[in-house]
Amino acid sequence: MFEGIGLISLAIWVPILAGVLILVTGGDKNADGQRTLALIGSVLGFLVAIPLWTGFDASTSAMQFGEAAEWVPMFNIHYRLGVDGISMPFILLNSFTTVLVVLAGWEVIKDKVAQYMAAFLIQSGLLNGVFGALDGVLFYVFFEAMLIPLYLIIGMWGGPNRVYAAIKFFLYTLLGSLLMLVALVYLYFQSGGSFEILTWHKLPLAMTAQILLFVAFFFAFAVKVPMWPVHTWLPDAHVEAPTGGSVVLAAITLKVGAYGFLRFILPIVPDAAHELTWLIVTLSLIAVVYIGLVALVQADMKKLIAYSSIAHMGFVTLGFFLFNPLGVEGGLIQMISHGFVSAAMFLCVGVMYDRVHSRQIADYGGVANTMPRFAAFFMLFAMANAGLPATSGFVGEFMVVLGAVQVNFWWAFLAATTLIFGAAYTLWMVKRVVFGPVANAHVAGMKDINSREFVVLGLLALCVLGMGVYPLPFTEVMHASVNNLLEHVAHSKLAY
Amino acid sequence: MDMQSLYLIVPLAPLAGAVIAGLFGKAIGRAGAHVVTILGVAISFLVSLVIFQDVQGGNTYNGPVYTWLTSGDISLEIGFLIDKLTVLMMLVVTFVSLMVHIYTIGYMADDPGYQRFFSYISLFTFSMLMLVMSNNFLQLFFGWEAVGLVSYLLIGFWYTRETAIYANLKAFLVNRVGDFGFLLGIGLVLAHFGTLDYAQVFQKAPELANHTITLWEGHTWSLMAVICILLFIGAMGKSAQFPLHVWLPDSMEGPTPISALIHAATMVTAGIFMVARMSPLFELSDTALSFVMVIGAITALFMGFLGVIQNDIKRVVAYSTLSQLGYMTVALGASAYGVAIFHLMTHAFFKALLFLAAGSVIIGMHHDQDIRNMGGLRKYMPITWITSLIGSLALIGTPFLAGFYSKDSIIEAVKFSHLAGSGFAYFAVTLGVFVTAFYSFRMYFLVFHGKERFKCAHDTHDHEADKDGDAHGHHHGGHSCPHETPWVVTLPLILLAIPSVAIGYLAIEPLLFGGWFGPAIQVNENHGAMVELAHHFHGAAAMGLHALMTPPFWLAVAGVGLSWFFYLKRPDIPAAIQKRFGLIYRILEKKYGFDDFNDWFFAGGARFLGGRFWRWGDVGAIDGVMVNGTARLVGHIASVVRHLQTGYIYHYAFAMIVGVLLLATWFARG
Repeated sequence: MFEGIGLISLAIWVPILAGVLILVTGGDKNADGQRTLALIGSVLGFLVAIPLWTGFDASTSAMQFGEAAEWVPMFNIHYRLGVDGISMPFILLNSFTTVLVVLAGWEVIKDKVAQYMAAFLIQSGLLNGVFGALDGVLFYVFFEAMLIPLYLIIGMWGGPNRVYAAIKFFLYTLLGSLLMLVALVYLYFQSGGSFEILTWHKLPLAMTAQILLFVAFFFAFAVKVPMWPVHTWLPDAHVEAPTGGSVVLAAITLKVGAYGFLRFILPIVPDAAHELTWLIVTLSLIAVVYIGLVALVQADMKKLIAYSSIAHMGFVTLGFFLFNPLGVEGGLIQMISHGFVSAAMFLCVGVMYDRVHSRQIADYGGVANTMPRFAAFFMLFAMANAGLPATSGFVGEFMVVLGAVQVNFWWAFLAATTLIFGAAYTLWMVKRVVFGPVANAHVAGMKDINSREFVVLGLLALCVLGMGVYPLPFTEVMHASVNNLLEHVAHSKLAY
Repeated sequence: MDMQSLYLIVPLAPLAGAVIAGLFGKAIGRAGAHVVTILGVAISFLVSLVIFQDVQGGNTYNGPVYTWLTSGDISLEIGFLIDKLTVLMMLVVTFVSLMVHIYTIGYMADDPGYQRFFSYISLFTFSMLMLVMSNNFLQLFFGWEAVGLVSYLLIGFWYTRETAIYANLKAFLVNRVGDFGFLLGIGLVLAHFGTLDYAQVFQKAPELANHTITLWEGHTWSLMAVICILLFIGAMGKSAQFPLHVWLPDSMEGPTPISALIHAATMVTAGIFMVARMSPLFELSDTALSFVMVIGAITALFMGFLGVIQNDIKRVVAYSTLSQLGYMTVALGASAYGVAIFHLMTHAFFKALLFLAAGSVIIGMHHDQDIRNMGGLRKYMPITWITSLIGSLALIGTPFLAGFYSKDSIIEAVKFSHLAGSGFAYFAVTLGVFVTAFYSFRMYFLVFHGKERFKCAHDTHDHEADKDGDAHGHHHGGHSCPHETPWVVTLPLILLAIPSVAIGYLAIEPLLFGGWFGPAIQVNENHGAMVELAHHFHGAAAMGLHALMTPPFWLAVAGVGLSWFFYLKRPDIPAAIQKRFGLIYRILEKKYGFDDFNDWFFAGGARFLGGRFWRWGDVGAIDGVMVNGTARLVGHIASVVRHLQTGYIYHYAFAMIVGVLLLATWFARG
C-alpha cells in the first residue's frame, strides 16, 4: 500500500478534494466542465474504495486497512481509521451512491452547478469518514460535519418550505449531538484518557453508567435512523430536498444512525443494551406497523417513500436487538438493500418530478402509457420495496423475521405484517401513478427516460436483482465481525 | 449430458425466453417473441419428459445448486428435489404452459402488448418450475411469491382498465395475507429444526411430533399443528381457499390464456402441491388436517353455489375452479395426498380446456363474455363446442372421463376419514357434485344450445332484446356472426381434450394404488383412507361401472337434468325463482358479503387507522406539541437574545468545536 496514506483516507479525501477543486474552479459559465469534474471525482472516489472490498480479509473480525496518526496529543486524539465487515460495505455503498447522485443531477440542476456537485462530493468524503473513524472525536467531527452539506443542499436547492424542514432537523439533531458529546467525554475520562473506540469496547462500566451512556448515544442515533417518535423530521426533509439530497439522505445518512448502534451502543454498553431491548424492539415494531399504516394514507410520493424508509429501518433496529446472527446480519443487509431501493424510489419520483413538477399522487395516473421503460423500472423497485423475493428488499426482511421467530414469535408476527402493509402502500401508489388511463395532459406529455436516466436506474436494478438472487457475498464479509460482536455483547461488562 | 444439467435446463429455458422477449421484444418483433418463448417452454416440456423417464427408472435427485446465503450456523440454499411428485408437476406445468403459449398466438393476435405477454407467461413458467422443483422452504417461498408477482402483472395486463388494476392489487394483497402466515410457518421451521432443507426437516419431524410451544402465557400448542396451520394459511391464499378466496374471481380481469394457465391449472394448485409435499409434517397433526379438510369443504360447496348465478362465462369457470380446489384440499385433509395431486392433474387438463374454450367463445363473440347474450353457438363453433362438452363432462365426473376418477376417489377417501369434520366434508363434497353439474351445464346449455340471443350481420333470427341492459356496453348488432377460431386456438383445445378424456382411466391405478409416489408422500398408519380406497379398488373399468350405482353419479345426472329443464325447457322458471327467493339470490350475488366486508373493514380500517395515526400522532402530538412547541420556545428565547447572535446557532456551535480542534492541532504540533 501507499506509505503514509491508506485506502480509507483516500476514500475520504479524494471526493473532498475533488469537491474543493470544483468549488475553486467553479462558475456557472462552465457548468459542463464542473459536471464532468464531479463525475471524475465521484468515479475516482468509488475506484479507490473498491480495494477495500476486494482486499478485505473476511476471516477476521479485526479492523483492517488501519491508519493511525496523532492529531491532538494534548487530549490523546488520533486520526485513527479502520474498517471491519460491518463498516466496509457502507463505504462502498456511499461511494457508489455518489456516482449515481452526480449522474442524477446532471442536467436537472442548472443553478449553482459547482456548489451542488461539490456539496455532494464533500459529503461523500465525510460519510466515508464516519464509517472509517475509530477515534471518538474523529467520528464526532465527521458525524456532525456531514450534516452541513446536507443543510446546504436542502437550503439552496430545496423546496418552498425548506427553512421549516431545516429547523426541525436542527432541533432534533442538536439534543442528540450534545448528549453524544457528553458521552464521549465521559468515556474519555472513564478510560483513563483515551478516545479510541476499540478501547471503549473493552471498558468495564457500571450499570447506571451504561444506562446513561445508552440514553445519550440512543438520542443521537435514533434521530438519524430515524426511530419513532423522533422521525418526523425525515418526511419534511425529503419533501424539501432535491432528488439527489433525498437519495443520499435515504441511502446513506440514515445508515449512520443504525451503524452507531453497532459501533457504539452494543459493544460499549452491552448490559444496558440487553436491559433496554424491550424499548428498542417496541419502537422498531411501532415503526413497522404504525408507520406502515401512516405511509398508506400519504398523498405525496416522497412522503410515502420517506415513511416507508422509516418502516424499513425499523427492521434494522429490530434485527440488531435480536442478538442473533440472522437478526444482526439481516439488519445490515436491510441497510444495504434499503440504500439501493430507497435511492431508486426517490430517483424514480425525481424522474417524474422533473417532467411534471409535482410529487402528488393525484396529479398522476397512467404513466405506463407514456413511459413504458420507466414504468418497468418503477415496478421493479416498487416490488423490491414491498420485499419481493429475488430482489434485495426481501433478503434483510426475511432474515430479520426468521431471526425474530427464534427469539419471540409475536415480535416476528408484528414484523411480518410488513409483508401486507409494505405491499399495500407501495403497490397502491403504483396503481394510482403508473397504471390506469392517461390521467391528464401533463402525463400525456411525459417523455420516457433518456439514456442517462436509463443508466442510473439500470445500475440500481442490477444491484437490486443481484443482491436478491445471490446475497452470499454480502453476508460473507460480515460473518467474522458480526459473530465477534455477538460474542462480545453476550459477555457482561459489569463483572470485569 | 448428466441429469443435473437437464434439471437446470427445465426452469432456465423458459427464463431465457422470458428475458429475451421481455428485454428485446421490440427488436425481435411479435413472431420472434412467440417463437423464442414457445421454444423455451417446448424444450422445458421435452426435457421434463426425459426426466420423467429417468425418475420412472428409479433415479431421484436431491441436491443444491448454489448457496444463497449463510448466517451463523444456518445455510440457505437453492437446490432441486426431483422425485415422482416433482416430475409429475413438471409435466403438468410445462404441458399446459406449452398449450397456453400456442393458444396465445391466436388470442392475443391484435394486442399491442404481445411480446410483454409472452415474456410474462414464460416468466411464470420459470417461477412455477422453481417452486415445484425446490428442495427447501426458501426456494419454495421464492417461487411462491414469484408466481404471485407474475399473476399480479398478468391480471393487470390491460393496465388502463380500472377493474383490472383493482383486481391485481387485491389479488396481490390477499395473497400477501396468506404469505404472512406462510413466512411465519417457515420461521418456526427454521427456529425448531435449524434448517430449511426438506429432507432434513422431514427426517427430524417425528422427533418433534409431540413438541409443544407456548404462544400465550399458560397456553401450550402442538408445534406441528402451529407450523402446519401457518403453512396452510399460505396455501389458502395461493389456492384461494375460504376466506382468502376473494381474489380469484376478480382475477378473471386478466386475459383468458392466463386464467387457464395461472388461475386454473397451475399457480392456484401450488398450495395443494405444497401441502402434499409437506405430508411428513401434516401427518403429525390431526388438528391441522381437520382444519385443512373443513376449509376445503367450505370452499368446495359454498363457492360452487356462487357459480350458479354468474353470467360472465369466465366467472362461472372461476367459481368452478374455486370449488374444485376445495375438493383437492379436502383430499389433503383426508390424508389422500396422492388423490389430491391426481385431481390436481386431471383438473389442470379439463379446466385449462374449459378456460381456453371459454376464451375461444369470447373471440367468437367479439369479446362479449355474458352468457345471456350467447346461445346456439354449437352451429358456429363446432370444435369449441365438442371440446367444451368434453371438458364439462370431465368436470362433473362422468364415469370413465378424467374428472370422474379423481373426484370419486376424493369422495370415497373422505368417507373413510375419521378426523373431526370429515362428516361435514363428506356431505359438502357429495352435494357439491350436484351443484357442479348444475352450474357447468347451465353454462354449457346457455352458450351452445337454445336460441341465439345475439345479433349478427347476416342473421335474420328473432332474438330477445337485451332486457338486462348489458353492462358491458357492447353493440351486438354491428358484428359479424360468431365464427370458429383459428387453428392455433383450436389445436390446444383438442390436445387438452385428449387427456381430459383418458388420463383418469389410464393413470388412476398406477398413480394411486401402486405406491407410485414412493417416499415423496408419507401417510401415517392411523390415517387409513388410502388403504381403504385401495382395498375397494378393482380396476379402472370396474370403478366406472360401479359408479353408475352410487349417489354421486345420480346427483350429477340430476344436476345436468335440472339445468336442462331450467335453461332449455322452461327458461321462465329461473327468473321466477330469482324473484321468489330474492334474499338468497342477493346473498349469492353479493358473494356472501366478503368483498364488501373486506373493503370496509380491512381496506377502510387500515386507511382510517393510518389517517388517525398520522393526523393525531405525527402531525398532532409529535410535531404539534413536541417539535413545534420546542421550536416556539427556542424562537422566543432567540428573539430575546437576537441582539447577540443571528442565524443558525448550530453552525456557530459546530464551527466553534472545529475551531478549537484546529487550534489545538496547531498548538500541539507547533
